[in-house]
Amino acid sequence: MVSAVFHTPLEAVAPAAPAVAAVPHPKPSVAAPLAPAAAEPARPASPSPWRERAAAFFRAVLPPLLGLGFLVLVWSLVAGSSDSGIPTPLATWAQAVGVFSDPFYQAGPNDQGVGWNVLMSLQRVGVGFGLAALVGIPAGFAIGRFEFLSRMFNPLISLLRPVSPLAWLPIGLLVFKGANPAAIWTIFICSIWPMIINTAVGVQRVPQDYMNVARVLNLSEWKIFTKILFPAVLPYLLTGVRLAVGTAWLVIVAAEMLTGGVGIGFWIWDEWNNLNVASIIIAIFVIGIVGLVLEFSLIKLATLFTFEEVKS
Amino acid sequence: MSAAKYIEIQGVEQTFKTRKGLFPALRQIDLTVAKGEFVTLIGHSGCGKSTLLNLIAGLTTPTSGVLLCADKEIAGPGPERAVVFQNHSLLPWLTCFENVHLAVERVFGANENKAQLKARTEAALSLVGLTAAAQKRPGEISGGMKQRVGIARALSMEPKVLLMDEPFGALDALTRAKLQDELLEIVARTHSTVVMVTHDVDEAVLLSDRIVMLTNGPAATIGEVLRVDLPRPRQRVALADNPTYQQCRKEVIDFLYTRQTHVEKLA
Repeated sequence: MVSAVFHTPLEAVAPAAPAVAAVPHPKPSVAAPLAPAAAEPARPASPSPWRERAAAFFRAVLPPLLGLGFLVLVWSLVAGSSDSGIPTPLATWAQAVGVFSDPFYQAGPNDQGVGWNVLMSLQRVGVGFGLAALVGIPAGFAIGRFEFLSRMFNPLISLLRPVSPLAWLPIGLLVFKGANPAAIWTIFICSIWPMIINTAVGVQRVPQDYMNVARVLNLSEWKIFTKILFPAVLPYLLTGVRLAVGTAWLVIVAAEMLTGGVGIGFWIWDEWNNLNVASIIIAIFVIGIVGLVLEFSLIKLATLFTFEEVKS
Repeated sequence: MSAAKYIEIQGVEQTFKTRKGLFPALRQIDLTVAKGEFVTLIGHSGCGKSTLLNLIAGLTTPTSGVLLCADKEIAGPGPERAVVFQNHSLLPWLTCFENVHLAVERVFGANENKAQLKARTEAALSLVGLTAAAQKRPGEISGGMKQRVGIARALSMEPKVLLMDEPFGALDALTRAKLQDELLEIVARTHSTVVMVTHDVDEAVLLSDRIVMLTNGPAATIGEVLRVDLPRPRQRVALADNPTYQQCRKEVIDFLYTRQTHVEKLA
């Protein structure tokens, strides 16, 4: 399924290209003997939409395909020219078909299908991120709204934010006495900072005009929050969420390599111990695609809630 | 005497703390506005017109001096002194109806039921001719319409005083003229007390009972107050060659461009 990205579009384009190219030719050859005068205005009208569509299609599809093709080419060269042990794209593809033919098998605690591994990782990210959102978003609002809290917590945030989340893993193991909660704790720590910071910045950047409206209307603190603060901060908040989920997805792989159990990160480590490099490459693509889907869906969500004023 | 001295400004001074030290914006401002009077503040940009309006609104407090409204000290902003902001300041995530309803609900929500609040909101929108656009968001309507929603929001609160900070400054000349005519009509109907900041001489003469001219800042003060003795209702076209209108216009222009020539700040 992973390698399918590389092969199927190329195969799909190859037969389509001659079909598109063939279209403009028969039209003038049919029209010309019938009525040359009438064909003159018709000629630019009928072939050009086809040509434009084909051109637009190629502009949109060709560069990404070339990019992917380039990757496959480099990959094949590296795999073929050295004895590095990196499997060829074809061998990886063959293994991927095997892996994805039964993604949800269970043959013991340390031998489960790739589907379970991804789901377990997503679950850890979901729990850790959810807890971080529960704490981080209200904290961000409080820090943004009250100068005192901002001065109080800014040094702490500046100090702790640059620390690699994995440095917190031993603390998690010590406190929670278990691999799974420790991994969740690591996700919590790494995803809380972007949410606190972005929410706080969003609150501080609420236009003064809106706050003046609130003051002139003498709105209650609850109305200010629901009608002004929250909608104004929402785009910032969603950016924070997007960054947090992105970081969490980066960190979970490393955390699971250390904690073990079931998860995509552990799967990579396990396959490395089995010297099964093709599986590792498959896992890399799976991680990339899941990350892409998460990012894309959060961007879509963010655009739904962004009320940038259209200049009239 | 509270009808003749509805708003009283006594010896008001405003100094801002900046990085370069204290900046005196206003000094020795003494002004009274009668109930139902339309007063404009005019002066070159940076002279402190908006600062004075914000003081009346209660958005800022003066460094020294007292401001009274209906014999009560102005201690902070409140719905009895509604503000129409220069850039309309509508909340972009609410529809026009919701923007106005937010104000109506705040002022009358305690004593009136939902149907009455809805009726008030609709009445305010129809006053500015925007019934059809009620369910649109600010991003979907023109600049002139947004400013009208801002005016509807202010009027819907039935304020004692309507404060307007260059409400038509960002609009094109034709829209501005149309809204000025509408404002004249609305004020005639509601008998509102209005304090308006403007830098447009024609706008000041057309709308005001009195024009308060401010000297150049820093430390601006009231240079001159001109009474506009033109009968109401006023017609823009008829006024064009009215000698009183011409005279008022000339006096304001004379003040602004001869005696208070705008000097670019050296700092």
